[in-house]
Order: sequence, then structure tokens, then C-alpha cells
Amino acid sequence: MQLDSKIPSGPIEKKWDNRRFELKLVNPANKRKYKVLVVGTGLAGGSAAATLGELGYQVEAFTFHDSPRRAHSIAAQGGINAAKNYKGDGDSVFRLFYDTVKGGDFRAREANVYRLAQVSVNIIDQCVAQGVPFAREYGGYLDNRSFGGAQVSRTFYARGQTGQQLLIGCYQALERQVKAGTVKMRTRKEMLDVVVVDGEAKGIITRDLVTGQIERHYGDAVVLATGGYGNVFYLSTNAMNCNVTAAFRAYRRGAAFANPCYTQIHPTCIPVSGDYQSKLTLMSESLRNDGRIWVPKKAGDKRAASDIPESERDYYLERKYPSFGNLSPRDIASRAAKEVCDEGRGVGPGGLGVYLDFADSIRRLGEDTIRARYGNLFQMYEKITGENPYRVPMRIYPAVHYTMGGLWVDYNLMTTIPGLYAIGEANFSDHGANRLGASALMQGLADGYFVLPYTIGDYLATQKPGAVGVDHAAFAEAENEVRARTERLLSVNGSRTVDSFHRELGKLIWDHCGMARTADGLRDALQKIPALREEFYGDVRVPGSGAALNQELEKAGRVADFMEFGELMCLDALTREESAGGHFRSEHQTEDGEAQRDDENYCHVAAWEYTGYGQKPNEHREPLVFENVKLAVRSYK
Amino acid sequence: MQDMRLKLHIWRQAGPEAQGALRTYEVTANEHMSFLEMLDVLNQDLIEKGEEPVAFEHDCREGICGTCNMVIDGRPHGPQKGTTACQLHMRAFKDGDEIHVEPWRATAFPIIKDLVVDRAPFDRIIASGGFVSVNTGAAQDANEIPVPKADADDAFSYAACIGCGACVAACKNASAMLFTAAKFAHLEKLPQGRVESERRALAMVEQHDAEGFGACTNQYECEAVCPKEISVTSIAMLNKAYRSAVLKTRETV
Ligand SMILES: Cc1cc2nc3c(=O)[nH]c(=O)nc-3n(C[C@H](O)[C@H](O)[C@H](O)COP(=O)(O)OP(=O)(O)OC[C@H]3O[C@@H](n4cnc5c(N)ncnc54)[C@H](O)[C@@H]3O)c2cc1C
Ligand code: FES
Repeated sequence: MQLDSKIPSGPIEKKWDNRRFELKLVNPANKRKYKVLVVGTGLAGGSAAATLGELGYQVEAFTFHDSPRRAHSIAAQGGINAAKNYKGDGDSVFRLFYDTVKGGDFRAREANVYRLAQVSVNIIDQCVAQGVPFAREYGGYLDNRSFGGAQVSRTFYARGQTGQQLLIGCYQALERQVKAGTVKMRTRKEMLDVVVVDGEAKGIITRDLVTGQIERHYGDAVVLATGGYGNVFYLSTNAMNCNVTAAFRAYRRGAAFANPCYTQIHPTCIPVSGDYQSKLTLMSESLRNDGRIWVPKKAGDKRAASDIPESERDYYLERKYPSFGNLSPRDIASRAAKEVCDEGRGVGPGGLGVYLDFADSIRRLGEDTIRARYGNLFQMYEKITGENPYRVPMRIYPAVHYTMGGLWVDYNLMTTIPGLYAIGEANFSDHGANRLGASALMQGLADGYFVLPYTIGDYLATQKPGAVGVDHAAFAEAENEVRARTERLLSVNGSRTVDSFHRELGKLIWDHCGMARTADGLRDALQKIPALREEFYGDVRVPGSGAALNQELEKAGRVADFMEFGELMCLDALTREESAGGHFRSEHQTEDGEAQRDDENYCHVAAWEYTGYGQKPNEHREPLVFENVKLAVRSYK
Repeated sequence: MQDMRLKLHIWRQAGPEAQGALRTYEVTANEHMSFLEMLDVLNQDLIEKGEEPVAFEHDCREGICGTCNMVIDGRPHGPQKGTTACQLHMRAFKDGDEIHVEPWRATAFPIIKDLVVDRAPFDRIIASGGFVSVNTGAAQDANEIPVPKADADDAFSYAACIGCGACVAACKNASAMLFTAAKFAHLEKLPQGRVESERRALAMVEQHDAEGFGACTNQYECEAVCPKEISVTSIAMLNKAYRSAVLKTRETV
């Protein structure tokens, strides 16, 4: 396997222009002869499918949801970055580029990040033209807020529902193309394999979730926009149905998987309240502006928060990071919370929680001011916990939130399988080892609206449209494999539910490949995961049949893939003998407990090549070269 | 943590053509669970007993994706105002309660299985005109047209619709006017959307009717159950634009 990143020549600010000029074009009259399959209709896939349709390609778009509007992108709260510099506070394309590279702990590809910053401005224009109701100032112009890791205000938002509004805009553009006949929307279809013909992606196999039909679909190119894999942890802030299956099936067919160990843990989520817990809820990072984080000084202190006097509280972030205090970056705040809980000082049932206390702010600013700033978040918290955060401190704990790793792609967003593209959270390209807030929405829409629709033409121009049909042997083979896998899951008829396995796997990954990782822990996980997988295939119970709607079967297929994927994550984490961003190896830290990178040996992307079930995959390395940003210790102290 | 013993009467229907019926189950829950987590517990029990779990749809479990949809004790999304089924917690119930759980009922939303219905008509209503006709790359600078903050805020409050379909389930005519009008009003409040106002009104109302949704007779049950509390003022806006569009088409004929 060769990793050719295809970074264009020229100075960084010219690279994207140069590439657009070099790309082969498909003549407008020929575009309709080409069929592109887009799997996933969240921000990335929805925007790509709509734009490809507008350009005149024949598009088929797939989602397992009942409508494109349900994609997980809908849940994004905070906002979307763009280097508009509407505030005149010194923002620029270069600054957004710089912040993103630094925020990613110098583990992203410079050229991709620069392009992302460049097209960020077009995204806002596009969305406003579509009618996305962004927040505005009284003068009628767009409002901005600040986010972590930046010293300028460049985040556009629509109350706490930015993802929803962007997705609705994108969904409407997509439905407009459906009506125009350029896009065929295939809802409730789950992609279960990529079909590779003579080394190139030429189709997919899906299961219709209502009828159970296994179906073949041909495309001259295939785009995966299938989101992130945070649910390998079982509990995360991701929607319940997010999964790794599409990306993992592509990996099994030869697409390299890059940096699977780079996962992001968000420090402010509502803690787990019991064994039945099904998912975790994010509380916006903005709360840390006015809330103070603390735990009791004494381990095992079970008193109510109000009964613990000031002198017996430990405001540990303020103590350890006097200059950033409660606003320390996500990874640092998360690890610090874990540490105090590991010491037995956590609060709430189970001891996995810390206080986020607004009492001081309420005293200083008054309850009304706090209500105006965070009213909806306080309400959401109360709905879930039944506790009133104006009276008692909130309890929060870190939770898995985003996955920086994903399918390896070159500058044109093509995976190592020619004709197979990956966009949005499903690829690895722009966030390095840590993503900054409000940058995922930006990346998904950059990929879908402004990058892929152009780069894909370069590949299509070399293809004869419709050259292979669904009766090709490769389709039959892939279909048979999908059938066999489905039947296998249904036939085990063991004693344990799919969820019980998923929960067990998630706990293993959380304990050993979560906020802090050690070689011993990872080795332990690498022993236990294959054993759990064997037990799964020997003892899982999937009721019902494959010939109708069967939600347990859907889950079983996804958990089966997580069982293999979890092993890959741990292997990647074990191999990367450094700490970088969201990947913290306890062996590699500075004296004061900060992440310690090893630029000499690990300044690269690790891209894994599948070699067979249960076999150790091959590691390929793409060196990262920094020509425009100086490699430096990422300090926020 | 206090256990709650509950009796559930849940609609079970094997498939679109099958005969459905309410079946009774017992489940032990506690007040910290969400309503859907309580159903998860029931489903785990059922699977362990060798029965088929209850099919129901959900995804975000935080009230934003609009996937969850069930009528709880006769009310879409259950007893709490401004709350989706997935945001409902068991502390709204008490030990010994009997709870009825049924699917959305509307001719335009056929049942697929148990509590799962087909809401594809909503996508087709949007496709008929619920968009601004602008291609990618054709936009001018975002700050070129200032939009009064009040209009932007209003547009947002209509755009907050999550497309769950509770409005249809609550309406005795199974009308989807609140859904349709929320989209219309969102775009109507913005200069970018207003350009296509009449064409949009005509197309969306026609599609609404063609899908088999009933007529709106101003009962406003929809607004009362809407988890996003979308206002029926949107319906008045749509009606007005629709009437004027109809008049104009008549004049040109
Ligand atoms: C709670 C929360 C808050 C967030 N807030 C922010 C924020 O404020 N700002 C920000 O920038 N980012 C935020 N993020 C991150 C951001 O929302 C996501 O990274 C982004 O939306 C992912 O978009 P996507 O299009 O790549 O994938 P998704 O939106 O996850 O879409 C995936 C699509 O793929 C489909 N799919 C997947 N697998 C298959 C298959 N096998 N077959 C068929 N279809 C399939 C799904 O149906 C869906 O349509 C947040 C994330 C969370 C969890
Ligand atoms: S599951 Fe998303 S709104 Fe209820």
C-alpha cells in the first residue's frame, strides 16, 4: 500500500488554487452519465449530494435514518467557525489555520487545514443564502462568539442549535435536488459493504431496514460520509445509532484507517446515573465561563455540597492551572477530573462526577444574568437530573464526544481505494490529535459543499461511465458475504443481548483506551477484546428474522464491527509511544503532568492496512511536514 | 433509589399489514431513567425471555433529531409540555402506574412495526418547496443583506421544528399544517426566502393535501403538543400567502 497524500505544489495559500486548476474536468453534458453513490446524509454527505446533484451528476444518497434530517449532525450545539473577521479582531485565514494546527497538537496535514480555513468563509455565505437563521446583532449583521483554543470571535451560531439549523439548510438543498430528479434519496438503507472491482470502488451493498432485502447498487464512484465511531465506547454524546460499520467495511476492503486512537473526551457532560444508562448528554463548554469546578479535599466525603465549607473544597483547575483555571482546554480539564475521581474525591452516586458551581457567579451577577446566559442549559440539566442548578451545583463528568481518527484520505479526499472517498467526521484529515470546538461542522460542510464536488471530477474523468454492472462477480461475492454475516448473527441464538456485549466492550475501551492510556492497560485490552468477540459470536442472542425491520439485528452488526475496530484502536494507541492531544499515554508526560509529544519519532499519520480477521494489520506512516507553522510545545498555561 | 413497578400497555404490530393489539407488560424502573431507558429495560427482559423486543425509533435522545415518536397515555410525547418522549423522565410517573404507549396514528403515516411509522411524506413536503433555490457557490457575502434581529429570531423559532410529527398525531383531522407552515414561516421571515413565497405556499399546500393529511380546522391541538412549542401563527402566515397565490394563478388563467 502506498500513501500518496497528493499535496499540491506551491506556497500554502496557492495550493488549493493550483489543485483546482490541475484537476481534470468532466464536461457538463457528460456529468449526467456518471453515477455517484453518497453514503450518509449528515452535514458532510448531505451537502456533497446536493452539490453533486446541482452540478448535474446522477446521485444516489443513502442513509439508515428515515430522513436525512435525523443525522447526528443535528445535535451539534455550539457553533461553526469561519475566518470572516466580521469583528475586525485580527482574524484571518492564516490565523484559523494556525489555531487549528496548534489545537490539533501538530498532528494534522498543513495543506488540508489551510484549505479548510480558506473555504470556511464560503460556508457562511452559502448557509445564509439558504436561509439558515444564524444569530444576529441588533444592527442586523451576523453575531459571533468565542470558543476554546482561539483568541478571536469567529464562531457563528444559531442559539444552542447550530447543527440543527445547518443540517436543515443542507437537507432542504438536498430535497430540492430530489425534486429536480438529480438525487435519488434512499432512506432506511444501511450500507454493509463496499464493492471493489479490479481495485476500484464501484458500488455498495445495502440492507433495506424495512423489508430486510439485501441490495446491490452500482456507482462510478462512492463517497462515505458516515460519521464518527465514538459509540465504540458504548456511552458517548453521540446519537444512539452512530457506528463504524461503513468505514470499517471499507477498511476491510483495503481502505487504510488513520489514527484510530485519536478520540476526544469532552469535560462537561452530565454524569452516568445508573447501569441502565443509554447515552450521555453534553453540557456546553461555555458554562465554564461562569461556573467553578471543585471536589471535596477529603476522599470519600459524602456530605452535601452546601455542607462542605470553603476551606474543605479543592478548586483543582484553578489550583493547577492558575492562568487558565476553569477554562483550561478540553483534554486537560477532562484528565484533571478523572484524576480527582480516581483519588476517591468524585461526587454524586458512584463517585464519578465533579461540581460545576455557579453560586459565586449568582452572588456576583444575580440569578437573572445567569439565567439570561445559560437558561436553556440549566433547564436541560434539570430535565435530566431533576436537580435545580441555581440551588445546588451541577455535577459533570467527561464523556466521549468526537473521533479525530478516520479513513485515511489524500488531499483530494480519496481513500487508498481509488474511487472511494471519505468526508466529514468519517475521514481523519483536518483535526490532528485534537479538534477545536466549532470546527467539525466547518469541516463537514467544507468537504461536502466546496471540496469533494470538484476533486471527484478528477477521478470520474478517467472512468467510462457505467463500465461495470451489478451483475459483476464482485457484487455477487460482496452480497453473499453480507448475507452470510447476517445469517450468522441470527443463528447464534445464545443467551446474552447485544447491548450487554456492547456495554462490556465500551467499558474495556473506556478503561484502557480512554482519557489516559498505558502500555499495560492497552496490552490487557488487546487480550480481552478478542476473547469478548469470540464470546459474542458464541453467545449473542438476536431475536427475530432478517426479512423485516429488526433493530436488534442492526445493532448486532454494528457491535460486531466495533468488536474488531476496538482492537485496532488499542493497537494504534499502543504503537504511538507519545502523548498528543486526545491521546494521552501516562508514560509520556512532563513533570507537571502535561502531554509530551515525540516529534522526532511520531510526527506522522499512522494508517493501518487490514490483513485478515484477527490478524495484525500493517502500519503505514505518512510523515507530517510543517513548513508554515513551527512545531512547538502546545502550551495554554 | 426507589424502584417503581409499572404496568405498560404497548401497541404491538408485527408488520404493515398485520393486525395490531395492545399487549400488557410489567417492568421495574426507577425515577432516574428516561422513558426510553425504561423501554430499553423492558426490551432487554423480553429478549432474555426469548420474545421480540418492542420496535421504537430514537436516536439523539436529547430532543433534537425528531426521531422518537410515541403517544404516551393519549398524548404525543407524553404528559410534559415542550418535551419529546426521549426527554421525558420516569420521575413524571409513580410506582404502580399503568401507562399506555401507542404509535402516531394517521393515514399518511402507515405503521411499519409496533411503534415505528413511516414519515416520508414530510420529506416530500419539504422537497415540494421548503427550500431557497440557491446553488452551492452562488451566494454573495453573508453580511450583504442585514436582517433585523427580530426577524432572524422569529425565523429561528419556526425553524426549530424537529419534524417529529406530533402535530399530526394530535390532530383529529391528522393535518400536517403546523409542520408545513413552520417551514413556510421560517423562510418567509427572511429576505432570502421571501422571493419564492407564493410559489412555495402553493406547492407545499398541494403536496400536504396530496399526501393524505387532513385539513386544518383551527383546533390548535398541534401547538399544545409540539415539543418545540411552534406557534400556530405560522399557519395564518401560510394561509394568507396561499390565498393570495391562488388568486393570482386564477387571474392568469
Ligand atoms: C453533542 C454534540 C455536540 C456537537 N457540537 C458541535 C459544535 O458545536 N460544533 C462543531 O463543529 N461540531 C460539533 N459536534 C461534532 C459534529 O456534530 C459532528 O462531528 C458532525 O456533525 C459530523 O457530521 P457528518 O456529516 O460527518 O456525520 P453525521 O452527521 O454523523 O452523519 C452520518 C450519516 O451517515 C449515515 N450512515 C452512517 N453509517 C451508515 C451506513 N452504514 N449506511 C447508511 N448510512 C449510514 C447516517 O444515517 C447519517 O446520515 C458535536 C457533536 C456532538 C456529539
Ligand atoms: S430521539 Fe431525538 S428527539 Fe427524541
